Amino acid sequence: MNNIIQFASKLIKNLATTTASEVHRFNGGVHPEEHKQESTTRPIAQLPIPETLTLPLRQHVGYIPKLKVKVGDYVLKGEMLAEAEGTVSAAIHAPTSGTITAIAEAVIPHPSGLPDMCVTLTPDGKDQWKPLAPIDWKNTAHSELITSLRTSGIVGLGGATFPTHIKLRKDGASAIHTLIINAAECEPYITCDDMLMRERPDEITQGIAIAQHLLGAAKVVIGIEDNKPEAAQAMNTASQALANAVVTTVPTLYPSGDARRLIHLLLGVEVPHHKRATEVGIQVFNVATVLAIYRYFTFGEPSVSRIVTVTGNVASPQNFEVLLGTPMPLLMAAAGGAKPDTTHFVMGGPMMGFDLPSLNVPVTKAANCIIAASPALFAPPPPAQPCIRCTRCADACPVNLQPQELYWFAKSDNFEKARDYNLFDCIECGCCTYVCPSNIPLVQYYRYAKSEIIALDKAKEAADLARERNDFRLARIEREKLERAQKHAERAANARNREANPELEESDKAASNASTVEAKKAAIAAAVERAKALKLAAANNDAASTSTDQPAVAGPSSAEVKPDSDAQAKIDKKALIAAAMERAKAQKLASAQAGAAPKNTENLSAKVKAEIDEIEAIRTKALQMVKNKAPD
Amino acid sequence: MLLTSIYVMLGLALALGALLGIAALLFKVEGDPLIARIDAILPQTQCGQCGYPGCKPYATAIAKGEADINQCPPGGDAGVHALADLLGVEYKPLNAEHGLPKPKSVALIDEATCIGCTLCIQACPVDAILGASKHMHTIIASECTGCELCVAPCPVDCISMVPLAETPDNWKWKYPVFPIKALPANSGKAPS
Repeated sequence: MNNIIQFASKLIKNLATTTASEVHRFNGGVHPEEHKQESTTRPIAQLPIPETLTLPLRQHVGYIPKLKVKVGDYVLKGEMLAEAEGTVSAAIHAPTSGTITAIAEAVIPHPSGLPDMCVTLTPDGKDQWKPLAPIDWKNTAHSELITSLRTSGIVGLGGATFPTHIKLRKDGASAIHTLIINAAECEPYITCDDMLMRERPDEITQGIAIAQHLLGAAKVVIGIEDNKPEAAQAMNTASQALANAVVTTVPTLYPSGDARRLIHLLLGVEVPHHKRATEVGIQVFNVATVLAIYRYFTFGEPSVSRIVTVTGNVASPQNFEVLLGTPMPLLMAAAGGAKPDTTHFVMGGPMMGFDLPSLNVPVTKAANCIIAASPALFAPPPPAQPCIRCTRCADACPVNLQPQELYWFAKSDNFEKARDYNLFDCIECGCCTYVCPSNIPLVQYYRYAKSEIIALDKAKEAADLARERNDFRLARIEREKLERAQKHAERAANARNREANPELEESDKAASNASTVEAKKAAIAAAVERAKALKLAAANNDAASTSTDQPAVAGPSSAEVKPDSDAQAKIDKKALIAAAMERAKAQKLASAQAGAAPKNTENLSAKVKAEIDEIEAIRTKALQMVKNKAPD
Repeated sequence: MLLTSIYVMLGLALALGALLGIAALLFKVEGDPLIARIDAILPQTQCGQCGYPGCKPYATAIAKGEADINQCPPGGDAGVHALADLLGVEYKPLNAEHGLPKPKSVALIDEATCIGCTLCIQACPVDAILGASKHMHTIIASECTGCELCVAPCPVDCISMVPLAETPDNWKWKYPVFPIKALPANSGKAPS
């Protein structure tokens, strides 16, 4: 008992004395070759405006945004091309001024290599911004800022591309006490955040201030891996301007840039696997994302460009600030071109990235790094050997899963068990694959299992919906049958009743007769009333449209002064007929204006045409007869 | 002594019997849970390829032992395996008499040809067709199970089945496969 109390008090003490400068190691992780120096020797370069920009609608996690432009439209830089639809969605903006030349399917940077809807913009070279409206974020209501941010198109630029406005929303569930700025950039080769921090620390700091204000976070911790001393130095200096902000360097260990790992490293808090970080009062933003937030609020600029690292097997690896939608071959050319022994291109880092289906894809919001791969840099993996159950993968797993078990389950399609072993907590970081002595592509198995499980879940959902609809249909048919039977029974019972006592029927009839007479009278009275009103209106119209010197023949005044009901009725009748004719004329006119013929007479089959001709013939015949009769 | 033990046993039997009786009343299960469990495995296409007018009737028939477990082509091999596991019977390959598994499709009405006869609406088991008499009909694709029951009644053959295309949304990661490389014939023993 004493032991437990001691242990608990030690824990509490640990938590209480935790300062941001302390680092709490997580389990596992690997340290691959960094390859970061290559692309940090040159500053971030601006790429000229390309000849065409291709903007996929799918650039973020969530729903596809709704198109707002059509082919041929001229747009200014920053104008919205597609607006966020649904909760989890982000807008797409024109990266420069120009004309929309195509809206069609094109190959997008996605592991599937499948085409998807893209907007093609041909720039006019003027690069003219739309009128920009900076937002005074200090004196604007929170909800207004979030609504505005929804139209900014800003998503998490670390690679996850989760719409930022959702992360800044105040759901009222729990207050955010700590804002973590993710500047760890743990993947090898990628240096876009590093360069951004070296070159624009002040802008980032101001972005952090905005994010902190929006979240209401008391504390800010900026986590940077210790292989980026220049960036850490720059951020340290710049963040002096912030209240309660700390720059903490964390040891270089992949995957320290994963949000939950970074939270653990910086705060020593393990976010429960079924909860979000926000539920324990922590929010994580990437440095590039807070910079985008700063530019949006201070200058009104939506998300139209990003920094991309171009590295690997290229002549001069470098970071570029690129308009979204820029074709990747241009990017490669700007970095001196890929060397001849390049075999393929990787988007993202070598650990978590994917092979591009071809280089002819545009830069999207997710494209943080493009690596030209060659056999010298990425040796093709030796053939996979059987698993020897060494559990090195379990030692390396930063999420504390049992990768070897998951591998067995995924390999044998035992998806239920894989789910039980928390397959969906796997962050696909690739540490297990990296350490596996048998060279088993473990992450590929997990991805396979995950997408199979997701597909099965979707199928199950569809089946449940179909069952529900089928049950409803059967119930409806049954109900209709019952209702019909009931109606029949009622009618039969009524008939029998009538037969049984005809007197009742007589009286019934009389009553119904009386009631119909009453109804008729009422209808006539109503019609007369209507006609009167019409006449009045017509007279007024006449008076207004024609000259006032022509008094209405059947004016309301004349009708009023004539007490003779007979004459009154006659006039009423005439007025009714006149009104009806007026109506018919108006209808005819309207239909003539709308297009003389009814719409459904086009593209008819021969049979229907013959029928129409026949009816037309009868109609003309009848008209002829009427005409013949008229002179008599 | 003998009597006491008999009384005790009798008393216990009565008490437990009463308890079981009450439990049977309290925890009474409406309907046959086995039918519901079989129905949960069936794909709910409601296509009737099994020879029964829907998934529930087929599930009922399986539960009664009147139907075999291999009569559902949309459920595929995986469905037969799941049914075999649930019922504790031997797996059987799909019975080709009831049709072969096809890729998931949805019906598409050629709206220019549709004459608005409502026959397909009456045939649709999940009310996935929208339309009225003498008005064009259309399929609500998200509700369509791909059962093909609307295809046959159409008097003008304006309904076709369109297989679902692969998009980045429904794309799945493939099972890892390794290309087999041909080794030179004289390379000796094949690597283990």
